[in-house]
Amino acid sequence: MRGRPSKPLPIPDHDTKPYWDGCLRGELLLQKCSECGAYRHPPSPICSVCLSASSEWVQASGDATVYTFVVVQRAFHPAWEGEVPYIVCIVELAEGPHIMTNLTDVDPDKVHVGMPVHVWFDQASDEISLPKFRPR
Amino acid sequence: MTSTQCAIVGSAETEVGRSLDRSGVELKLDAATKAIRDAGISKTQIDGVIARQPRREPEPNHSAFIAERLGIQPRYITDISLGGAASASMVVSAVAAIRAGLCTTVLCVGGDGKTSIDGKGRRGRLASPNQDFRNPYGGEGAPILYGLMARRHMHEYGTTSRQLGAVAVACRRHASLNPNAQMQQPITIADHQASPFIADPLRRLDCSLISEGAGAVIVTTDERARDMASKPVHILGMATGCRYGEVAYSESMTNSAAIEASKKAFGDAGITQADVDLVEFYDCFTHVVVIQLEDYGFCAKGEGGSFVENGRIEIGGELPVNTHGGLLSQAHIGGMLHITEGVTQIRGDAGDRQVKDAKIAAISGQCGELGIHVTLVLGSDPS
Repeated sequence: MRGRPSKPLPIPDHDTKPYWDGCLRGELLLQKCSECGAYRHPPSPICSVCLSASSEWVQASGDATVYTFVVVQRAFHPAWEGEVPYIVCIVELAEGPHIMTNLTDVDPDKVHVGMPVHVWFDQASDEISLPKFRPR
Repeated sequence: MTSTQCAIVGSAETEVGRSLDRSGVELKLDAATKAIRDAGISKTQIDGVIARQPRREPEPNHSAFIAERLGIQPRYITDISLGGAASASMVVSAVAAIRAGLCTTVLCVGGDGKTSIDGKGRRGRLASPNQDFRNPYGGEGAPILYGLMARRHMHEYGTTSRQLGAVAVACRRHASLNPNAQMQQPITIADHQASPFIADPLRRLDCSLISEGAGAVIVTTDERARDMASKPVHILGMATGCRYGEVAYSESMTNSAAIEASKKAFGDAGITQADVDLVEFYDCFTHVVVIQLEDYGFCAKGEGGSFVENGRIEIGGELPVNTHGGLLSQAHIGGMLHITEGVTQIRGDAGDRQVKDAKIAAISGQCGELGIHVTLVLGSDPS
Protein backbone atom coordinates (compact mmCIF):
# COMPACT_ATOMS: atom_id res chain seq x y z
CA MET A 1 0.00 0.00 0.00
CA ARG A 2 1.29 3.43 -0.91
CA GLY A 3 1.26 5.65 2.13
CA ARG A 4 0.32 9.28 1.92
CA PRO A 5 3.34 11.60 2.24
CA SER A 6 3.66 12.77 5.80
CA LYS A 7 3.02 16.32 6.92
CA PRO A 8 6.02 18.49 7.64
CA LEU A 9 6.69 18.83 11.35
CA PRO A 10 8.74 21.45 13.12
CA ILE A 11 12.34 20.65 13.97
CA PRO A 12 12.90 22.27 17.37
CA ASP A 13 16.14 24.24 17.56
CA HIS A 14 18.00 26.22 20.19
CA ASP A 15 15.54 29.10 20.01
CA THR A 16 12.29 27.17 19.63
CA LYS A 17 12.71 24.04 21.77
CA PRO A 18 11.15 25.50 24.94
CA TYR A 19 8.04 26.43 22.92
CA TRP A 20 7.64 22.95 21.44
CA ASP A 21 8.43 21.28 24.78
CA GLY A 22 5.61 23.35 26.28
CA CYS A 23 3.20 22.23 23.56
CA LEU A 24 4.07 18.61 24.31
CA ARG A 25 2.98 19.22 27.92
CA GLY A 26 -0.23 20.90 26.72
CA GLU A 27 0.99 24.41 27.54
CA LEU A 28 1.02 27.29 25.07
CA LEU A 29 4.12 29.29 25.98
CA LEU A 30 5.07 32.83 25.07
CA GLN A 31 8.30 34.66 25.72
CA LYS A 32 7.84 37.65 27.99
CA CYS A 33 10.58 40.27 28.07
CA SER A 34 12.05 40.48 31.57
CA GLU A 35 12.79 44.17 31.11
CA CYS A 36 9.87 45.78 29.28
CA GLY A 37 7.24 43.06 29.70
CA ALA A 38 6.40 42.70 25.99
CA TYR A 39 5.16 39.28 24.84
CA ARG A 40 6.54 37.82 21.63
CA HIS A 41 5.96 35.05 19.10
CA PRO A 42 7.53 33.37 17.13
CA PRO A 43 10.39 32.75 19.57
CA SER A 44 13.32 35.14 19.25
CA PRO A 45 16.58 35.57 21.18
CA ILE A 46 15.85 39.24 21.81
CA CYS A 47 12.92 41.56 22.50
CA SER A 48 12.08 43.56 19.36
CA VAL A 49 10.77 46.43 21.51
CA CYS A 50 13.71 47.04 23.87
CA LEU A 51 16.40 44.63 22.53
CA SER A 52 16.76 42.92 25.90
CA ALA A 53 18.12 39.38 25.66
CA SER A 54 16.51 38.50 28.96
CA SER A 55 13.11 36.82 28.88
CA GLU A 56 10.99 34.23 30.62
CA TRP A 57 8.61 31.65 29.21
CA VAL A 58 5.09 32.16 30.49
CA GLN A 59 1.96 30.16 29.85
CA ALA A 60 -0.65 31.89 27.70
CA SER A 61 -4.32 31.64 28.66
CA GLY A 62 -5.10 29.91 25.36
CA ASP A 63 -7.92 32.36 24.63
CA ALA A 64 -7.78 34.12 21.29
CA THR A 65 -9.88 35.66 18.54
CA VAL A 66 -9.71 35.03 14.78
CA TYR A 67 -7.73 37.88 13.18
CA THR A 68 -7.96 36.58 9.61
CA PHE A 69 -8.36 33.23 7.83
CA VAL A 70 -8.47 31.44 4.51
CA VAL A 71 -10.40 28.33 3.56
CA VAL A 72 -7.88 26.28 1.62
CA GLN A 73 -9.59 24.56 -1.30
CA ARG A 74 -6.53 23.32 -3.19
CA ALA A 75 -3.74 21.47 -1.40
CA PHE A 76 -0.24 22.88 -1.90
CA HIS A 77 1.40 19.88 -0.28
CA PRO A 78 0.40 16.28 -1.06
CA ALA A 79 -0.12 15.48 2.62
CA TRP A 80 -3.15 17.79 2.67
CA GLU A 81 -4.79 16.47 -0.48
CA GLY A 82 -7.41 14.52 1.43
CA GLU A 83 -8.08 17.34 3.86
CA VAL A 84 -9.41 20.23 1.78
CA PRO A 85 -11.24 22.33 2.64
CA TYR A 86 -9.32 23.25 5.78
CA ILE A 87 -8.84 26.54 7.57
CA VAL A 88 -5.51 28.30 7.99
CA CYS A 89 -5.88 31.28 10.24
CA ILE A 90 -4.06 33.83 12.30
CA VAL A 91 -5.44 34.25 15.78
CA GLU A 92 -4.74 37.10 18.13
CA LEU A 93 -3.91 35.70 21.55
CA ALA A 94 -5.42 37.39 24.60
CA GLU A 95 -1.86 38.40 25.52
CA GLY A 96 -1.41 40.19 22.17
CA PRO A 97 0.83 38.16 19.84
CA HIS A 98 -0.50 36.65 16.65
CA ILE A 99 -0.02 32.97 15.90
CA MET A 100 -0.62 31.03 12.68
CA THR A 101 -2.67 27.90 13.23
CA ASN A 102 -5.56 25.75 12.03
CA LEU A 103 -9.12 26.32 13.11
CA THR A 104 -10.90 23.02 13.68
CA ASP A 105 -14.29 21.71 14.74
CA VAL A 106 -16.15 24.41 12.82
CA ASP A 107 -18.06 24.74 9.55
CA PRO A 108 -15.90 26.98 7.28
CA ASP A 109 -19.01 28.98 6.39
CA LYS A 110 -19.48 29.91 10.04
CA VAL A 111 -16.01 31.33 10.63
CA HIS A 112 -15.69 35.09 10.93
CA VAL A 113 -13.05 37.63 11.89
CA GLY A 114 -13.33 38.27 15.62
CA MET A 115 -14.66 34.79 16.45
CA PRO A 116 -13.62 33.74 20.00
CA VAL A 117 -11.49 30.57 20.00
CA HIS A 118 -9.43 28.51 22.43
CA VAL A 119 -6.30 26.40 22.04
CA TRP A 120 -6.16 22.59 21.93
CA PHE A 121 -3.16 20.38 21.24
CA ASP A 122 -2.95 17.95 18.33
CA GLN A 123 -0.36 15.26 19.09
CA ALA A 124 1.39 14.79 15.73
CA SER A 125 4.29 12.55 16.84
CA ASP A 126 6.06 11.43 20.02
CA GLU A 127 7.99 14.71 20.04
CA ILE A 128 5.58 17.20 18.53
CA SER A 129 2.20 18.46 19.58
CA LEU A 130 0.72 21.29 17.50
CA PRO A 131 -1.37 24.03 19.08
CA LYS A 132 -4.62 24.42 17.14
CA PHE A 133 -7.75 26.39 17.92
CA ARG A 134 -11.52 25.81 17.94
CA PRO A 135 -14.53 27.94 18.83
CA ARG A 136 -14.99 28.44 22.55
CA MET B 1 25.33 67.92 -3.35
CA THR B 2 23.89 66.37 -6.49
CA SER B 3 24.32 62.63 -6.88
CA THR B 4 25.30 61.03 -10.14
CA GLN B 5 22.16 60.55 -12.23
CA CYS B 6 21.66 57.16 -13.83
CA ALA B 7 19.65 55.63 -16.64
CA ILE B 8 18.65 52.26 -18.05
CA VAL B 9 20.41 51.95 -21.41
CA GLY B 10 19.77 48.33 -22.26
CA SER B 11 16.65 46.25 -21.69
CA ALA B 12 15.53 42.84 -22.87
CA GLU B 13 13.21 39.97 -22.08
CA THR B 14 13.25 36.42 -23.35
CA GLU B 15 10.27 34.45 -24.56
CA VAL B 16 8.04 33.47 -21.64
CA GLY B 17 5.93 30.39 -21.06
CA ARG B 18 4.96 27.48 -18.87
CA SER B 19 7.35 24.88 -20.29
CA LEU B 20 10.06 26.33 -22.50
CA ASP B 21 12.43 23.44 -21.84
CA ARG B 22 15.33 25.82 -21.23
CA SER B 23 17.42 26.14 -18.08
CA GLY B 24 17.26 29.22 -15.90
CA VAL B 25 20.90 30.00 -16.66
CA GLU B 26 20.29 29.71 -20.41
CA LEU B 27 17.34 32.10 -20.21
CA LYS B 28 19.27 34.61 -18.10
CA LEU B 29 22.25 34.57 -20.45
CA ASP B 30 19.85 35.02 -23.36
CA ALA B 31 18.29 38.09 -21.68
CA ALA B 32 21.72 39.46 -20.73
CA THR B 33 23.07 39.08 -24.26
CA LYS B 34 20.02 40.79 -25.75
CA ALA B 35 20.27 43.64 -23.22
CA ILE B 36 23.94 44.19 -24.12
CA ARG B 37 22.99 44.33 -27.82
CA ASP B 38 20.07 46.63 -27.04
CA ALA B 39 22.45 49.04 -25.30
CA GLY B 40 24.77 48.85 -28.28
CA ILE B 41 27.81 48.34 -26.06
CA SER B 42 30.60 45.81 -25.81
CA LYS B 43 30.40 43.26 -22.99
CA THR B 44 33.74 44.54 -21.71
CA GLN B 45 32.07 47.85 -20.82
CA ILE B 46 30.05 46.03 -18.16
CA ASP B 47 31.92 46.30 -14.87
CA GLY B 48 29.10 45.35 -12.51
CA VAL B 49 26.81 42.31 -12.39
CA ILE B 50 23.85 41.83 -10.07
CA ALA B 51 21.75 38.69 -10.23
CA ARG B 52 18.50 37.76 -8.55
CA GLN B 53 19.02 34.69 -6.43
CA PRO B 54 16.46 32.22 -7.76
CA ARG B 55 14.15 30.81 -5.12
CA ARG B 56 14.00 27.58 -7.04
CA GLU B 57 17.51 26.21 -7.61
CA PRO B 58 19.33 28.74 -5.42
CA GLU B 59 23.10 28.78 -5.77
CA PRO B 60 25.95 30.65 -4.07
CA ASN B 61 27.91 33.32 -5.98
CA HIS B 62 25.17 33.38 -8.59
CA SER B 63 26.20 36.73 -10.11
CA ALA B 64 29.80 35.54 -10.41
CA PHE B 65 28.70 32.46 -12.36
CA ILE B 66 26.63 34.66 -14.69
CA ALA B 67 29.67 36.92 -15.21
CA GLU B 68 31.92 33.92 -15.78
CA ARG B 69 29.64 32.56 -18.49
CA LEU B 70 29.50 35.99 -20.14
CA GLY B 71 33.30 36.00 -20.09
CA ILE B 72 33.63 39.20 -18.08
CA GLN B 73 35.40 40.04 -14.83
CA PRO B 74 33.37 42.78 -13.15
CA ARG B 75 34.63 45.04 -10.36
CA TYR B 76 31.30 44.82 -8.54
CA ILE B 77 28.99 41.84 -8.05
CA THR B 78 26.24 40.92 -5.65
CA ASP B 79 23.31 38.52 -5.42
CA ILE B 80 19.91 39.69 -4.25
CA SER B 81 17.46 37.22 -2.72
CA LEU B 82 14.50 39.48 -1.96
CA GLY B 83 11.94 37.41 -3.86
CA GLY B 84 9.67 39.66 -5.86
CA ALA B 85 11.45 42.78 -4.61
CA ALA B 86 14.76 41.58 -6.02
CA SER B 87 14.26 42.82 -9.57
CA ALA B 88 13.66 46.46 -8.65
CA SER B 89 16.18 46.12 -5.83
CA MET B 90 18.87 45.16 -8.36
CA VAL B 91 18.37 48.50 -10.07
CA VAL B 92 18.56 50.32 -6.72
CA SER B 93 21.78 48.49 -5.88
CA ALA B 94 23.22 49.20 -9.32
CA VAL B 95 22.65 52.94 -8.95
CA ALA B 96 24.00 52.88 -5.39
CA ALA B 97 27.14 51.05 -6.50
CA ILE B 98 27.68 53.46 -9.41
CA ARG B 99 27.21 56.47 -7.12
CA ALA B 100 29.70 54.98 -4.66
CA GLY B 101 32.26 54.76 -7.44
CA LEU B 102 32.46 50.98 -7.33
CA CYS B 103 31.58 50.54 -11.01
CA THR B 104 30.09 52.41 -13.96
CA THR B 105 27.88 50.08 -15.99
CA VAL B 106 25.85 47.32 -14.35
CA LEU B 107 24.00 44.33 -15.76
CA CYS B 108 20.96 43.30 -13.67
CA VAL B 109 19.48 39.95 -14.57
CA GLY B 110 16.79 37.64 -13.22
CA GLY B 111 14.67 34.75 -14.37
CA ASP B 112 13.59 31.18 -13.84
CA GLY B 113 13.83 28.10 -16.00
CA LYS B 114 12.38 24.66 -15.98
CA THR B 115 12.13 23.09 -12.58
CA SER B 116 10.59 20.01 -11.10
CA ILE B 117 6.83 19.92 -10.83
CA ASP B 118 6.79 20.50 -7.08
CA GLY B 119 8.79 23.68 -7.56
CA LYS B 120 11.56 22.40 -5.33
CA GLY B 121 14.23 21.84 -7.95
CA ARG B 122 17.31 19.69 -7.75
CA ARG B 123 19.05 22.03 -5.36
CA GLY B 124 16.02 22.69 -3.19
CA ARG B 125 14.69 26.15 -2.55
CA LEU B 126 15.16 29.04 -0.17
CA ALA B 127 13.16 28.51 3.01
CA SER B 128 11.63 30.87 5.55
CA PRO B 129 12.95 30.92 9.12
CA ASN B 130 9.30 30.83 10.21
CA GLN B 131 8.44 27.71 8.26
CA ASP B 132 8.18 25.60 11.41
CA PHE B 133 5.31 27.81 12.53
CA ARG B 134 3.55 27.66 9.17
CA ASN B 135 4.12 24.46 7.21
CA PRO B 136 2.84 22.04 9.90
CA TYR B 137 -0.54 23.81 9.50
CA GLY B 138 -0.69 23.37 5.75
CA GLY B 139 0.13 27.07 5.48
CA GLU B 140 2.69 26.59 2.72
CA GLY B 141 1.64 28.24 -0.54
CA ALA B 142 1.59 31.90 -1.49
CA PRO B 143 -2.20 32.03 -2.07
CA ILE B 144 -2.69 31.05 1.57
CA LEU B 145 -0.40 33.75 3.00
CA TYR B 146 -1.70 36.40 0.62
CA GLY B 147 -5.26 35.21 1.14
CA LEU B 148 -4.96 36.01 4.86
CA MET B 149 -4.17 39.56 3.82
CA ALA B 150 -6.99 39.77 1.25
CA ARG B 151 -9.50 38.62 3.87
CA ARG B 152 -8.30 41.32 6.22
CA HIS B 153 -8.63 44.03 3.54
CA MET B 154 -12.16 42.83 2.80
CA HIS B 155 -12.97 42.86 6.52
CA GLU B 156 -11.57 46.33 7.19
CA TYR B 157 -12.73 48.11 4.03
CA GLY B 158 -15.49 46.07 2.43
CA THR B 159 -13.41 45.23 -0.65
CA THR B 160 -15.23 42.66 -2.79
CA SER B 161 -14.17 39.70 -4.89
CA ARG B 162 -15.70 41.37 -7.98
CA GLN B 163 -13.44 44.39 -7.40
CA LEU B 164 -10.42 42.10 -7.30
CA GLY B 165 -11.75 40.65 -10.54
CA ALA B 166 -11.39 44.06 -12.21
CA VAL B 167 -7.61 43.84 -11.68
CA ALA B 168 -7.50 40.41 -13.32
CA VAL B 169 -9.61 41.66 -16.25
CA ALA B 170 -7.36 44.70 -16.83
CA CYS B 171 -4.17 42.66 -16.75
CA ARG B 172 -5.61 40.10 -19.15
CA ARG B 173 -6.74 42.77 -21.59
CA HIS B 174 -3.22 44.21 -21.57
CA ALA B 175 -1.67 40.76 -22.04
CA SER B 176 -3.92 40.24 -25.07
CA LEU B 177 -2.15 43.26 -26.63
CA ASN B 178 1.31 41.89 -25.77
CA PRO B 179 2.76 39.35 -28.23
CA ASN B 180 5.11 38.05 -25.49
CA ALA B 181 2.44 37.03 -22.98
CA GLN B 182 1.48 33.63 -21.64
CA MET B 183 -2.26 34.35 -21.51
CA GLN B 184 -3.82 36.03 -24.54
CA GLN B 185 -7.55 35.35 -24.24
CA PRO B 186 -9.49 38.25 -22.66
CA ILE B 187 -11.62 37.46 -19.58
CA THR B 188 -14.64 39.06 -17.92
CA ILE B 189 -15.66 39.68 -14.32
CA ALA B 190 -18.05 36.74 -14.75
CA ASP B 191 -15.11 34.50 -15.71
CA HIS B 192 -13.31 35.67 -12.58
CA GLN B 193 -16.34 34.98 -10.40
CA ALA B 194 -16.72 31.52 -11.95
CA SER B 195 -13.09 30.55 -11.32
CA PRO B 196 -12.72 28.22 -8.34
CA PHE B 197 -11.46 29.28 -4.94
CA ILE B 198 -7.84 28.32 -4.33
CA ALA B 199 -7.57 29.78 -0.84
CA ASP B 200 -10.92 31.47 -0.20
CA PRO B 201 -11.20 34.52 -0.60
CA LEU B 202 -8.70 34.15 -3.48
CA ARG B 203 -9.86 32.52 -6.70
CA ARG B 204 -7.73 30.98 -9.42
CA LEU B 205 -7.95 34.19 -11.47
CA ASP B 206 -6.71 36.23 -8.49
CA CYS B 207 -3.43 34.30 -8.65
CA SER B 208 -0.42 35.02 -10.84
CA LEU B 209 1.02 32.56 -13.33
CA ILE B 210 3.78 30.00 -13.02
CA SER B 211 6.30 30.90 -15.68
CA GLU B 212 9.69 30.43 -17.21
CA GLY B 213 11.67 33.25 -18.80
CA ALA B 214 14.14 36.00 -17.94
CA GLY B 215 14.76 39.70 -18.21
CA ALA B 216 17.78 41.96 -18.00
CA VAL B 217 18.56 45.66 -17.84
CA ILE B 218 21.79 47.63 -18.03
CA VAL B 219 22.24 50.67 -15.79
CA THR B 220 24.87 53.37 -16.28
CA THR B 221 25.35 57.09 -15.68
CA ASP B 222 23.38 59.68 -17.64
CA GLU B 223 26.74 61.00 -18.79
CA ARG B 224 27.85 57.69 -20.29
CA ALA B 225 24.37 57.08 -21.68
CA ARG B 226 24.76 60.10 -23.93
CA ASP B 227 27.45 58.30 -25.92
CA MET B 228 25.46 55.08 -26.30
CA ALA B 229 23.26 54.14 -29.24
CA SER B 230 20.04 53.36 -27.33
CA LYS B 231 17.48 55.84 -25.99
CA PRO B 232 18.18 56.11 -22.26
CA VAL B 233 15.35 55.83 -19.74
CA HIS B 234 16.24 57.91 -16.71
CA ILE B 235 15.97 56.66 -13.13
CA LEU B 236 14.38 59.71 -11.49
CA GLY B 237 13.68 58.22 -8.07
CA MET B 238 14.15 54.99 -6.17
CA ALA B 239 13.58 53.77 -2.65
CA THR B 240 13.14 50.71 -0.48
CA GLY B 241 10.79 50.19 2.45
CA CYS B 242 10.85 47.38 5.02
CA ARG B 243 8.15 46.73 7.60
CA TYR B 244 8.38 42.98 8.25
CA GLY B 245 9.73 39.72 6.81
CA GLU B 246 6.44 37.85 6.72
CA VAL B 247 2.89 39.11 7.04
CA ALA B 248 1.68 36.61 9.64
CA TYR B 249 3.26 38.50 12.50
CA SER B 250 2.93 42.06 11.23
CA GLU B 251 0.96 44.72 13.09
CA SER B 252 -1.15 45.63 10.07
CA MET B 253 -2.00 43.47 7.07
CA THR B 254 -3.45 46.28 5.01
CA ASN B 255 -0.77 48.97 5.20
CA SER B 256 2.45 48.06 3.47
CA ALA B 257 6.06 49.15 3.08
CA ALA B 258 4.94 50.69 -0.23
CA ILE B 259 3.93 53.74 1.81
CA GLU B 260 7.52 54.59 2.78
CA ALA B 261 9.13 53.46 -0.49
CA SER B 262 6.79 55.38 -2.80
CA LYS B 263 6.88 58.52 -0.69
CA LYS B 264 10.66 58.74 -0.81
CA ALA B 265 10.97 57.74 -4.47
CA PHE B 266 8.32 60.25 -5.60
CA GLY B 267 9.85 62.94 -3.38
CA ASP B 268 13.36 62.39 -4.76
CA ALA B 269 11.97 62.40 -8.31
CA GLY B 270 10.15 65.64 -7.56
CA ILE B 271 6.84 64.23 -8.77
CA THR B 272 3.34 63.71 -7.40
CA GLN B 273 0.80 61.01 -8.22
CA ALA B 274 -0.69 63.31 -10.89
CA ASP B 275 2.59 63.25 -12.85
CA VAL B 276 2.58 59.46 -13.27
CA ASP B 277 1.46 58.26 -16.71
CA LEU B 278 1.44 54.54 -15.93
CA VAL B 279 2.39 52.10 -13.20
CA GLU B 280 3.78 48.59 -13.33
CA PHE B 281 2.84 47.15 -9.92
CA TYR B 282 4.11 43.83 -8.68
CA ASP B 283 0.92 41.78 -8.93
CA CYS B 284 1.40 38.31 -7.50
CA PHE B 285 -2.29 38.53 -6.49
CA THR B 286 -5.04 40.95 -7.48
CA HIS B 287 -5.51 42.53 -4.05
CA VAL B 288 -1.79 43.37 -3.93
CA VAL B 289 -2.45 45.88 -6.73
CA VAL B 290 -5.37 47.34 -4.77
CA ILE B 291 -3.24 47.83 -1.65
CA GLN B 292 -0.41 49.43 -3.63
CA LEU B 293 -2.78 51.91 -5.31
CA GLU B 294 -3.78 53.01 -1.82
CA ASP B 295 -0.28 53.04 -0.36
CA TYR B 296 1.11 55.02 -3.31
CA GLY B 297 -1.59 57.61 -2.67
CA PHE B 298 -3.44 57.17 -5.96
CA CYS B 299 -6.54 56.81 -3.78
CA ALA B 300 -7.35 56.88 -0.06
CA LYS B 301 -6.77 53.83 2.17
CA GLY B 302 -9.69 51.49 1.73
CA GLU B 303 -10.78 52.93 -1.62
CA GLY B 304 -8.56 50.77 -3.82
CA GLY B 305 -11.40 48.35 -4.51
CA SER B 306 -13.61 51.00 -6.08
CA PHE B 307 -10.61 52.67 -7.77
CA VAL B 308 -9.87 49.64 -9.96
CA GLU B 309 -13.44 49.32 -11.26
CA ASN B 310 -14.87 50.50 -14.59
CA GLY B 311 -11.68 50.34 -16.64
CA ARG B 312 -9.88 53.07 -14.72
CA ILE B 313 -6.65 51.02 -14.56
CA GLU B 314 -6.81 49.88 -18.18
CA ILE B 315 -4.90 51.46 -21.07
CA GLY B 316 -6.99 54.47 -22.08
CA GLY B 317 -8.19 54.82 -18.48
CA GLU B 318 -7.12 57.30 -15.83
CA LEU B 319 -4.10 55.30 -14.64
CA PRO B 320 -2.99 52.35 -16.77
CA VAL B 321 -1.66 49.56 -14.52
CA ASN B 322 0.48 46.65 -15.71
CA THR B 323 0.44 47.47 -19.39
CA HIS B 324 2.24 44.21 -20.23
CA GLY B 325 -0.27 42.02 -18.44
CA GLY B 326 1.76 41.67 -15.25
CA LEU B 327 2.46 38.53 -13.29
CA LEU B 328 -1.24 37.81 -13.51
CA SER B 329 -1.38 37.46 -17.29
CA GLN B 330 1.95 38.12 -19.06
CA ALA B 331 4.30 35.89 -17.04
CA HIS B 332 5.72 35.64 -13.52
CA ILE B 333 9.38 36.52 -13.94
CA GLY B 334 9.76 37.91 -10.42
CA GLY B 335 8.97 41.47 -11.46
CA MET B 336 11.85 41.71 -13.93
CA LEU B 337 9.45 42.34 -16.80
CA HIS B 338 7.74 45.18 -14.92
CA ILE B 339 11.03 47.03 -15.36
CA THR B 340 11.59 46.08 -19.00
CA GLU B 341 7.97 47.06 -19.76
CA GLY B 342 8.48 50.41 -18.04
CA VAL B 343 11.50 50.99 -20.30
CA THR B 344 9.55 49.92 -23.41
CA GLN B 345 6.67 52.29 -22.56
CA ILE B 346 8.92 55.27 -21.83
CA ARG B 347 10.81 54.66 -25.07
CA GLY B 348 7.46 54.63 -26.89
CA ASP B 349 8.09 51.17 -28.30
CA ALA B 350 5.05 49.34 -26.85
CA GLY B 351 3.05 49.04 -30.08
CA ASP B 352 -0.64 48.23 -29.56
CA ARG B 353 -0.34 48.63 -25.81
CA GLN B 354 1.53 51.95 -25.86
CA VAL B 355 0.29 54.49 -23.34
CA LYS B 356 0.02 57.81 -25.21
CA ASP B 357 2.72 60.35 -24.31
CA ALA B 358 4.15 58.13 -21.57
CA LYS B 359 6.81 60.22 -19.84
CA ILE B 360 6.84 58.95 -16.27
CA ALA B 361 6.35 55.38 -15.04
CA ALA B 362 6.29 54.08 -11.47
CA ILE B 363 7.53 50.51 -11.08
CA SER B 364 7.28 48.34 -7.98
CA GLY B 365 8.72 45.16 -6.61
CA GLN B 366 7.69 43.58 -3.35
CA CYS B 367 8.04 40.47 -1.26
CA GLY B 368 7.31 39.17 2.22
CA GLU B 369 3.61 39.75 1.56
CA LEU B 370 4.14 43.48 1.07
CA GLY B 371 6.53 43.77 4.02
CA ILE B 372 9.41 44.65 1.71
CA HIS B 373 8.87 47.12 -1.11
CA VAL B 374 10.94 48.82 -3.79
CA THR B 375 9.80 51.73 -5.94
CA LEU B 376 11.47 52.97 -9.12
CA VAL B 377 10.44 56.10 -10.97
CA LEU B 378 11.48 56.02 -14.63
CA GLY B 379 11.25 58.99 -16.98
CA SER B 380 11.92 60.04 -20.55
CA ASP B 381 13.73 63.22 -19.50
CA PRO B 382 16.72 63.51 -17.16
CA SER B 383 16.02 64.99 -13.74
